[in-house]
Amino acid sequence: MVQKLDYLKETPSQTAGPYVHIGLAPGAAGFDIYRQELGWDITGPNAKGERIRVEGLVIDGTGSPVKDVLLEAWQANSEGNYAHPEGGGDVEDGFRGWGRVITDFETGEWAFETVKPGRTQGRNVGLQAPHINLWVVARGINVGLNTRLYFEDEAEANAEDPVLNIIEWERRRATLIAKRSERDGQIVYRFDIKLQGQDETVFFDI
Amino acid sequence: MTTKGEFYQRDREWQPPALTPDYKTSVARSPQYSLISLQNSVSEITGPVFGHNDIDPIDNDLILNYAKPGESPIGERIIVHGRVLDENGRPIPNTLVEAWQANAGGRYRHKKDTYLAPIDPNFGGCGRTVTDENGYYIFRTIKPGAYPWRNWVNNWRPAHIHMSIFGTAFTQRLITQCYFEGDPLIDKCPIVKTIPCQQGRDSLVAALDLNATIPLDTIAYKFDIVLRGRRSTVFENRLEGN
Ligand SMILES: [Fe+3]
Repeated sequence: MVQKLDYLKETPSQTAGPYVHIGLAPGAAGFDIYRQELGWDITGPNAKGERIRVEGLVIDGTGSPVKDVLLEAWQANSEGNYAHPEGGGDVEDGFRGWGRVITDFETGEWAFETVKPGRTQGRNVGLQAPHINLWVVARGINVGLNTRLYFEDEAEANAEDPVLNIIEWERRRATLIAKRSERDGQIVYRFDIKLQGQDETVFFDI
Repeated sequence: MTTKGEFYQRDREWQPPALTPDYKTSVARSPQYSLISLQNSVSEITGPVFGHNDIDPIDNDLILNYAKPGESPIGERIIVHGRVLDENGRPIPNTLVEAWQANAGGRYRHKKDTYLAPIDPNFGGCGRTVTDENGYYIFRTIKPGAYPWRNWVNNWRPAHIHMSIFGTAFTQRLITQCYFEGDPLIDKCPIVKTIPCQQGRDSLVAALDLNATIPLDTIAYKFDIVLRGRRSTVFENRLEGN
């Protein structure tokens, strides 16, 4: 026998289940309970940078849209700073950089509005390409899935990004690149998340 | 001098795998490729910060937060309380804990829930709170009922409260479920059994806590939550630029 390490074990994860909206987005579940829901405003009123809309579907292994997903986004501001004591620098007043969105019960489409984040410090040297960290939970997902959304029009930064570059299969990197378009004068990035199967999105153990 | 380093990696042998065929919905929703393991960057060691301004004091009282004045929901009045700790055993203060649950009959207030048990007009079924400086949280609520769900023909969820916890970093983000001591449905539940080992399953069962009850008023259960811990680094190999 040896001495015992006295670490605690992380609480096991359980699926968010089909009724996650009640807890995390009660308005969407069909009732009003809180003075304010959290996560609907990612940027606050003072954020600088390019205003964008991000939208997509979450698609299961049969090719069907998943209609009971909750996604959370975590991102830096346009200067590459996170709203956190270790986030790299100051952010605009009211900028939280965190958002929460659910899929439409009928179509599975989700969307949020934000500003395009700047480049952030890499783990050791260099910079990461602009990206939004996403966390996906739903019925049938036992541990929330982490992925990253990168931007199609940042090819140069993407090519240097330390995280994209550790993905050994170059063609899988494309699953993390959101497609840019313009609709009614608004910049829209499309990012479909494929949970399984052909062109399965890259998920990270972070 | 020590600096804060990376978070301990998640123990994937302790956590449920993605593919758990007895929980059928996982089959088409589980990634088949391996997760790509990332060492922490600033994107992972940071996470949203919440304050007491974000929520209201009544938000953690599910007996009152949706009830009509002078009324209250039907069911067993309970307290669920505990601490949010990290794997080093240190409390995590000021972190957001959100909870949601079925009513005493096992029915959710959700347009997609069609179980025949009735909606309770005085019960919303969600609450939230921020841990205090000792990592402590408390909810007052009604004990949820068991409910049937479509998996095998005859599956019943044990009574449970869903809980969502943030910690200080996006890498600590966690959703789990709190079960209750003595419930015979726990050992039969395919969702509980997604957790590979018995010790892990047991860690989701809140203990009856008679010391924390309010005599003649409310019974109590204790449920501690552990989020991933963080290295302290004395030497090289620390995070740069964070
Ligand atoms: Fe449930």
